[in-house]
Amino acid sequence: MAFQGTKINPQRFHRSQIKFYAILIPLALFMSLPIIFIFMNAFKPPNELFAFPPRIFVRNPTWDNFKSLFNTLTQSGIPVSRYLFNSLLISLLTVIATILVGTAAGYVLSKKQFRLKKLLFEINTLALMFVPIAVMIPRYIIIARAGLVDNFLVHILPNLAMPVGLFLVKQFIDQIPDSLIEAAKLDGANDWFIYGKIILPLTKPAIATIAILSFQTAWSSVEASNFYINQESLKNFAYYMSTLTSSTSAVAGQGVAAAAGLIMFLPSLVIFIFTQSKVMNTMAHSGIK
Amino acid sequence: MSELKRAEGKWILAFLGPYAVVFTIFIIVPIIMAVLLSFTNFNTIQFPDFVGLKNYISLFTYDDVFMQYVLPNTIKFALIVGPLGYALSFFLAWMLAQIPRVPRTILALIIYSPSMTVGVAMQVIWLTIFSGDKSGYLNSFLMNLGLINQPVQWLQSPQYLMITMIIVTLWSSMGVGFLAMLAGVLNTDPELYEAGYVDGISKRWQEIFYITVPLMKPQMLFGAVMSVVSTFQAGYIGVLLSGSNPTPQYAGQLIVNHIEDYGFLRYEMGYAASISVMLLLMIWISSKFVWSIFGERE
Repeated sequence: MAFQGTKINPQRFHRSQIKFYAILIPLALFMSLPIIFIFMNAFKPPNELFAFPPRIFVRNPTWDNFKSLFNTLTQSGIPVSRYLFNSLLISLLTVIATILVGTAAGYVLSKKQFRLKKLLFEINTLALMFVPIAVMIPRYIIIARAGLVDNFLVHILPNLAMPVGLFLVKQFIDQIPDSLIEAAKLDGANDWFIYGKIILPLTKPAIATIAILSFQTAWSSVEASNFYINQESLKNFAYYMSTLTSSTSAVAGQGVAAAAGLIMFLPSLVIFIFTQSKVMNTMAHSGIK
Repeated sequence: MSELKRAEGKWILAFLGPYAVVFTIFIIVPIIMAVLLSFTNFNTIQFPDFVGLKNYISLFTYDDVFMQYVLPNTIKFALIVGPLGYALSFFLAWMLAQIPRVPRTILALIIYSPSMTVGVAMQVIWLTIFSGDKSGYLNSFLMNLGLINQPVQWLQSPQYLMITMIIVTLWSSMGVGFLAMLAGVLNTDPELYEAGYVDGISKRWQEIFYITVPLMKPQMLFGAVMSVVSTFQAGYIGVLLSGSNPTPQYAGQLIVNHIEDYGFLRYEMGYAASISVMLLLMIWISSKFVWSIFGERE
């Protein structure tokens, strides 16, 4: 039996790859079905939404669902754009803050020598298993005690500590040679300078990865709006979306809900498309050793 | 020297501090509180009073719903979704690594994209696909093929809710762990494969088990931990799909829903906390298990 080459990461198409395509392409089509549905339904006029038998593809696409999504006032009298604005602001602030907090901690845990370093990183690795939903009650009590109920910050603060994010960043910074930092130190650079001018620029792929992960969490989280916020004008779009779907039995609601669903889904998709090569680069260092 | 050390300490504190603070407040303290509260009776208004193991005893002896539905459902759901989703992520990643870059990137994007649509966003689409009347997409499709005569109540009948939940969760389970494993396969050293074939490996499965998997163990472990977490995190799906907590005849009731039921609907926080502790224990045990398989032995 002669050696045939590894065929991992091949440069070009070869007949032997057909079997992989034969499995992957149908599977990918199947997996993309619900996403195709959401695209199609968002642009369907009512008569197509409720056509029998149901058809997947839209015949006469229309923006009506989006128009009625933004033109109708919600039951509480808050315009939908307000929820969307809240979501954008929450996501933007969460992403920036998570990056700053995570990269700063990652830098120290990777490049500084101190006694608790190893233990702290191990605690964080253990916290990869943390499931926020399991401690929703104590979290609620803490937030209530801290007076954060109905405070806009409650959307942001609980999501700032992202164990996966710190984990990936620290692993990534480990790749940056110590000699680079030593050289900067000899030139008289302080830690601010090293962090801002050396670590951050060289950690871009990992930063992109935390950005997309924290964006997804912030953008789609309903936890804060459901449990910690009573004031309607402070809730986010994901929450509004969930109120739409719970009443989708109402006929006209379906297209509007699909339009809202598309708005929920598209930003993550677009961000991922632009960052995917950076994300893959980060994932190469994701192993737990 | 000590002054230098003190200056260094300040920097460390300044950089690590913010993360450490939020981490402590929103992760460590809640876990400790959950454990403490689980030994109390707490209705959110009065100060919690200590009741010892009473909550745990009731959980295992009086709570029929927990023993008959929630626990078996959770175990069943986790045992199917966890390993199956994980195996699927690995094999998809492995196959993707065997094709050239451009088609790989496109297919990986499609396969990864469902995991971005967590919970709420996709609820609307699942509700239309699995809709229980004959104009639901799945019902209409199956009736066209002649596989069923009557529309099936996918989301409301206790018989089908669980299977629907499993399918939906599997569909969205190719997340970060999948990407990590894809990167892992791609980064295995080609020379080792050559060496392997010289040493007498002749079949693909041997290649996977003796070369690929051992080489990417750290990524395999990361992927496994992610899949444990996302499996238990997904507990909410039954309520999203059926639209009610409790789910119809408790068919889709998972431990996460039971916590919410007691914590936020009945305000028995102490009891709910004891259920939380059970959930944390289950996650911890599952992770221990995957660690024992893929962790580096020292």
